[in-house]
Amino acid sequence: MAMKRRAAAVLALLVTTALVATGCNGGGDEETDAGSELYKNPVTLTWWHNASQDGPGKTYWEKVAKDFSTAHPTVKIEIEAIETNQLQRTRLPAALLSNDPPDIFQAWGGGEMREQVEADYLKDITGQVKTEVADIGSAAEIWQVNGKQYGLPFRMGIEGVWYNKDMFAKAGIAAPPTTFEELNAAVTKLKAINVVPIALGAGDKWPAAHWWYNFALRACSVDTLKKATTDRTFDDPCFVKAGQDLKAFIDTKPFQNNFIATPGQNDPTSANGLLANGKAAMELMGDWNRGTLDTVATDKAALAKFLGWFPVPAISGSAGDPKAALGGGDGFACAKNAPAECVEFLKYIVSPEVQKGYAATGTGLPVAKGAADGVTDPALKSILEATSSATYVQLWLDTAYGSTVGTAMNDAIVAIFAGNGTPEKVVSAMKAAASK
Amino acid sequence: MTSASQTRTPADGAQAPPAGLRPGGRASSRRAETRRKWYEIIGLTTPALVVYVMFVLVPMGFAFYYSLYRWRGVGPPTEFVGLRNYVLAFQDPIFLDALRNNAIIVFGSLLIQGPVALGIALLLNRGFRGRSAFRLLAFVPYVLAEVTVGIMWKLILTENGTLDALLQSIGLGGLVQAWLADLDVVIWTLLFVLTWKYVGFAIILLLAGLSNVPQELNEAAAIDGASWWQIQRHVTLPLLGPTIRIWMFLSMIGSLQVFDMVWVTSVPAVRSLGASATMATYMVDNGFFARLWGYGNAVAVILFGISFVAALLFQRFLLRRDIEGAITRKGK
Repeated sequence: MAMKRRAAAVLALLVTTALVATGCNGGGDEETDAGSELYKNPVTLTWWHNASQDGPGKTYWEKVAKDFSTAHPTVKIEIEAIETNQLQRTRLPAALLSNDPPDIFQAWGGGEMREQVEADYLKDITGQVKTEVADIGSAAEIWQVNGKQYGLPFRMGIEGVWYNKDMFAKAGIAAPPTTFEELNAAVTKLKAINVVPIALGAGDKWPAAHWWYNFALRACSVDTLKKATTDRTFDDPCFVKAGQDLKAFIDTKPFQNNFIATPGQNDPTSANGLLANGKAAMELMGDWNRGTLDTVATDKAALAKFLGWFPVPAISGSAGDPKAALGGGDGFACAKNAPAECVEFLKYIVSPEVQKGYAATGTGLPVAKGAADGVTDPALKSILEATSSATYVQLWLDTAYGSTVGTAMNDAIVAIFAGNGTPEKVVSAMKAAASK
Repeated sequence: MTSASQTRTPADGAQAPPAGLRPGGRASSRRAETRRKWYEIIGLTTPALVVYVMFVLVPMGFAFYYSLYRWRGVGPPTEFVGLRNYVLAFQDPIFLDALRNNAIIVFGSLLIQGPVALGIALLLNRGFRGRSAFRLLAFVPYVLAEVTVGIMWKLILTENGTLDALLQSIGLGGLVQAWLADLDVVIWTLLFVLTWKYVGFAIILLLAGLSNVPQELNEAAAIDGASWWQIQRHVTLPLLGPTIRIWMFLSMIGSLQVFDMVWVTSVPAVRSLGASATMATYMVDNGFFARLWGYGNAVAVILFGISFVAALLFQRFLLRRDIEGAITRKGK
């Protein structure tokens, strides 16, 4: 008897589970109505992010996932932290292609996101995140394709020059340069006291390419830049001018020796290491640099004391907007078939409280209004100010144009740095790649 | 043997006599044996064949298929472009640089590792104190993981690194180079590191070959008055021929496909300028990083084609004697 009753119970359980399962499938189709289905059934969200293995970022994401699961016990979150290049170049494309993507994953916006949307990989979240988008402001546009929202940023910042205040004082540089003439003068003064004026991680290509991006930002009008992003046309002479200006700047020899083999970040011999350990006076880098400098500094307290930040100097008499800045961010997107809880979790990540905590980790600047209070570092604070006063933020050109044009562009720029490229070849390489 | 006799036999299994008696005579027992042999062949090779087909032949077929498309790895490939990707590859100066670098590594490895390994192997084949310790030392680099070796040498060769300090301290500061940054030097630096790592493999192979050379031949030659050098030149070396040829074959294929060491030791900028790119790193840089999946597959097929042709030519002209009967059919 007891046996039979147990068997019946098991059968009943199976039937119920089956019903629940089918019910779940039925509800999943109509996304607008998902609100009523939310948190009813247990779901597991897989989450791929690129926070470094031994930084505060990874620990923080673990906490965020745990907090969310505590608040919504039906949601289990499985996290995988993957190195950026692997994540972006191999793991994610392969997972998306094989129809088995993680539910929520790193998204950088720009050209790559446009392609992912065209292949119907991403969930359109426009309707659910109106409040968040309004709160984040124009930065959220980078995660839009054709006016629809496909992801949300959690970090966004503009690029500028990180510098060593002590060295500047020692070299007799009164104030951070605001024009390239002043920057050139500062370079000369720094050479006089025998320090490397600017650290450059050209080995990784993009840190070098970012110099060209900034010259392009100064040489090209905002309209030209916007048109280049949407049409992939680079016929405006300002793109050649960018290369000429860059060449003239490289000729002043502001960088360390053999910069072509210097890595950008992550180890003491990198450009990061040179600045962090008092061997170079400046480095052009994004807002995440505060965290990456820390990981390579031998004396973190000293670094915190001498580190300063100023916006990329203007070029007098150029077409570009001197108040425009280059920037970019990190965001997350939900896969097309991810459960509705994914969007809720995404909203939670960009909520002011989570953003405040993120800001406190010092790994980057938050995007949500009100979260800026969490920023205490003076260098990061000056980036926040500059970001809010920037008239136009251009997404990193390689991200904006997509990997193919981006890689060809970066390679051709690196060739200028190596002494065997020309400003014209950068533009022709970009055009050739666009048709490859 | 003949299929006719097999089909004629009605219901083999049902009529099979009890074991041990076998009145059917030799014909039926031979048939059973043949069948058993085929079961064995099928049973034992099927798993390996399935794995080989699934993970070698099918991916190769796919690679060729994808290489005919302009495909960026997003969505299924739809834009058929024929052989355009192959044409583009051979028009790219960086790919031609990669081919040149592979050629340098293939011939550099053969010309440097071969004589060095042979000399050391002959030395280690003689009895002397500390021989096993020396053997171990020669083989250690080969056992280390390629990435470990790459990072180690990167740290040694970096600017103001161990090597530069060493050269300066012994008064050879003038020799200091930007080992990994100078675009004309870096490929030779890589060749050196590869040699350092793989010479141990050659030594072990040659030592194994040497242990197969009968001692009696050496003794006989010695009795005839041959010197140690003469014995090596006229007795040992000819008998070592098969081993040397096999090593050359393995070294050549490995050099054509070299990836890890170059990837780890040399930075992306130096690779993209062509100074240190090999076909394999070029494939990954373009396929994954520039997201040209169709193009990357075309490069993969080219790499496969070159390796395949090189392997066939090598077998045809140099390995023929060694593998006669194994893969080739003898006589008839």
